[in-house]
Amino acid sequence: MRFLLIEDNPKLAGVVVERLQLDGHAVDHAGTLSDATDLTAVADYDLILLDIMLPDGDGRDFLERQRQAEKRTPVIVITARSAVSDRVGLLDLGADDYIVKPFDFSELEARVRAVLRRQGGAADNTLTFAGTTLDSTKGELRFDGQVIALRNRELRLLEVFFAAPGHVFSKTHLIDRLFSLSDEASENAIEVYVGRLRKRLEGSGARIETVRGLGYRMVAR
Amino acid sequence: MCLADIPARLATAILCLAFSAATAMSFEIEERQLYDATPEQARLSVISTADLDVFDPIIRAFQASHPGVAVDYVVTGTTDLMQALYDEGATFDLAISSAMDLQTKLANDGFAQNHTPATPTDLPAWASWRNQLFAFTQEPAVLVVSDKFFAPGTAPQNRDELIAVLRANPERFQGRIGTYDVRQSGFGYLMATQDSRNSDAFWRLMEVMGRLDAKLYCCSGDMIRDVASGKLALAYNVLGSYAASHQKNTGGYQIIEMSDYVNVMSRTVLIPRTAQNIDDARAMLDFLLGLRSRKDLVEATGLPAVDPAALRANPSLRPIRFGPGLLVFLDNLKRQSFLRNWENSLLQN
Amino acid sequence: MNGPGSIRKRLFIQLALVAAVLSLAFFLVVRGVAERAAERTQDDILSASATAIADSLRSEDGHVTLDLPYSALSMLGSINEDRVFYRVVSQGKTLTGYPDLPQPDVPPRLGAPGVETLTYRGDEIRAVSVTRPVGTGANATLVVVTVAQTRQGLAAISRQITATATGIGAGFFLLATALSLWAAGSALAPITRITGSVTRRGPTDLRPVQANAPDELVPLINALNSFMSRLRSSLSRTEDFITEAAHRVRTPLATVRAQAEITHRKLNKPEHKQAIREMIRAIDESSRSAGQMLDHAMVTFRADSLAQDALDLRAIMAETCDRLGPTADLKDIAIRREIGTEPVAFTGDGILLQAALQNILDNAIKYSPDDSDITARVAIYDNITLSFTDQGRGFGETDLSDLTTRYTRGANVGDIVGSGLGLTIADEVAKAHGGRLDISPNKNGAGACVSLIFPRA
Repeated sequence: MRFLLIEDNPKLAGVVVERLQLDGHAVDHAGTLSDATDLTAVADYDLILLDIMLPDGDGRDFLERQRQAEKRTPVIVITARSAVSDRVGLLDLGADDYIVKPFDFSELEARVRAVLRRQGGAADNTLTFAGTTLDSTKGELRFDGQVIALRNRELRLLEVFFAAPGHVFSKTHLIDRLFSLSDEASENAIEVYVGRLRKRLEGSGARIETVRGLGYRMVAR
Repeated sequence: MCLADIPARLATAILCLAFSAATAMSFEIEERQLYDATPEQARLSVISTADLDVFDPIIRAFQASHPGVAVDYVVTGTTDLMQALYDEGATFDLAISSAMDLQTKLANDGFAQNHTPATPTDLPAWASWRNQLFAFTQEPAVLVVSDKFFAPGTAPQNRDELIAVLRANPERFQGRIGTYDVRQSGFGYLMATQDSRNSDAFWRLMEVMGRLDAKLYCCSGDMIRDVASGKLALAYNVLGSYAASHQKNTGGYQIIEMSDYVNVMSRTVLIPRTAQNIDDARAMLDFLLGLRSRKDLVEATGLPAVDPAALRANPSLRPIRFGPGLLVFLDNLKRQSFLRNWENSLLQN
Repeated sequence: MNGPGSIRKRLFIQLALVAAVLSLAFFLVVRGVAERAAERTQDDILSASATAIADSLRSEDGHVTLDLPYSALSMLGSINEDRVFYRVVSQGKTLTGYPDLPQPDVPPRLGAPGVETLTYRGDEIRAVSVTRPVGTGANATLVVVTVAQTRQGLAAISRQITATATGIGAGFFLLATALSLWAAGSALAPITRITGSVTRRGPTDLRPVQANAPDELVPLINALNSFMSRLRSSLSRTEDFITEAAHRVRTPLATVRAQAEITHRKLNKPEHKQAIREMIRAIDESSRSAGQMLDHAMVTFRADSLAQDALDLRAIMAETCDRLGPTADLKDIAIRREIGTEPVAFTGDGILLQAALQNILDNAIKYSPDDSDITARVAIYDNITLSFTDQGRGFGETDLSDLTTRYTRGANVGDIVGSGLGLTIADEVAKAHGGRLDISPNKNGAGACVSLIFPRA
């Protein structure tokens, strides 16, 4: 997906961009509102991540301008304010959601997913492998005319495999992708989820195989 | 009347004499009667100008409703009553008199006590003064004409007609007119003075009467008797109540209430300053004020009770008002000059 | 009346005192005037009577004589029933009347009646004497006529006047007192009005007071407005400071956390990864604590002057579920909504209620195991119950009443990030709305049920 990050702190912006790229997203960064306005004029983004406090103005003004211009690109506000009263005001201004600094990237991803889903899948977020399609936005797996609804962790795990079919992912890597860093998770948990995915993929052209001592990979049947 | 023909009263009569001697007052007691009560709890002494036979039923009725109260009833003249209370300081619990002017003077000069009637609303305003003096009868002064001189319907109805009749027939009425000798009779004096106040015709009438050689009387009774017998053609200013009660017995005369005005006299009662038995005096006073509700007593005594309805029905009835005005004719100089005028009019020979 | 107290009471008492003084003065004046008038009337009638008698004096053969006019005495009986005395004295000799009735030592001048108040025969009397020469020329003799009357009628009139004046005075006083009450109230009405308009304001409304105030209150209003503007700028400075501070602290924390995540991704050794996770958890904990403390401060502030908004509790419940849905999703926790479809009307502070519900649900998610359910429920019986039931570990042996005490956490939560303020916030919000927080074990198995219970409007 393509993100626009509007954030004046270059260090934070740097790590956020790097972190999002790790998950395979394309990210443009704007340090000021005017840069952001320029960028939105020339490029289409799936989602805008907006900081409120910016050197050349308040992020809320940008938000208002976006909504007045009827640009429907979803906006998730990144705020340092955590009081409920502040957050409520943001939603009223047209933000689709907000996330409070410091944030967990898994949660950011979850909120992005929820926002996009609410938008009705404007962006094409499907991946296909061996006749099997994963619709991230809708959280569905489609093959042979079947539509299978996925739970959140199943979807996220499948996204990892669909992004790089044939690639072997270690259990550790999968745990990092699947569990919040503040949660304790064991390697057993991964086995449970992989077991579930295998059930989901039964009858499709893809399957997940165990590479002994290394991890798992998705291959065609 | 003290020596009545009823043997039982003999004892009281003797007692009367004893009392009279003991009190040693100079006022003249005409009659005296002690009404016993057994057992006697209290004694009420009454000085009155009303004859014993007139008042007897009232006293007995009072005793019936207040058992235990003995009543010592002393009858005297109006002037004697005044003298007894005003000059001699005699001790009585109740004073009843037909002389309104003298009673007024007693009250005015401080010889009466206050009394609040038990049923004050029954009493017309004119019938009491200073809460000391109360009227309990209402007696008009009337003209009495003999049947022998006046056929029914031919009698004069007002003073002008009377004067005209007398002037027209001097020979017929010569010596046959009767009226009070106001020098002797307190009632006659009161009526004459009120007449002189009320009407210019009074002095003319006196002149005419004087010319006709009017006979002068001390009392209503004598005049009525002489009119009834035909000795007199008419008698002027007779006490109506007497005339009415005598008429039942003798007849022979008509009673005429003059249409121009009729002086109405009241018997009045007061509680003297010297009263001892005040409680029973108040009870008796209230009893007298309730006379109107006792038709039997009115009948038995011939004393007409105070009756506002009768006054409303006949506007020519003029009750004599209490007040300082009544003192005027008691003034010595005034009395002298009035009597002088009266004598000049009536005693022309 | 020293020192501060109620202005209304002070105003009322002062006005009532003035009314009392005026009533008393009114009473005295009315009584004085009326009694003098009554006295004057009696004097006039006595003079008329004496003059009438004097007019009737005449000389006859060198002797003074009198034909007492009827009206001279009867007129005295026309207004009351007082006792009447008179005396006519010619050259020291009583011609007629009451010989013991006192006469003035010095005969009054011609044409000027002498008036005296005396005691005679045990009563107070008013006596008027006139002097009149009778006869002609050198033979004229001076005759003194005295007419007197007791004063009981006057006393009765005086009593009546006193009663009437007392009645009017008392009535005037009561009326004036009632008017004082009203006047005190109406004079203070602008203060009440301004107080009302200031009191009705929301917790954040610091606009200047625009009330249409009487001149006397303008300085107070101006002072109040200037105070409010200073307060507003001070508050906004404080707010800016907090915002700036949060930004300054949270932004580096966010940077560190993101950096840590990247590092964590790149590391391979489990012990290194574990170290990074510890760091991230410390960051999360401090961030969450700061958030809850700010929430708690806000709750305390807003609960003092509670907003009275018309709310739909069901909508707030749904919003809360929406907001925390993605967080629950991360753990494959399903939030089952049993919140009905009908709006649930309630009057209160929406932001506070949202804070309370978010804290409860946030807790429930934190303490729920993966792949479990949280049931959000709106139930209306005698009161309104908003509850979240989880399938977590419950609160164990912890005294439930302690959980709402600040910074107290369950006995079995050592491994979970939290500050222990969440339930305190919820509890305070519930109490501010006249309700309560209820914590009970989940009836259908493990876990707990945390409810906000409000009385129905």
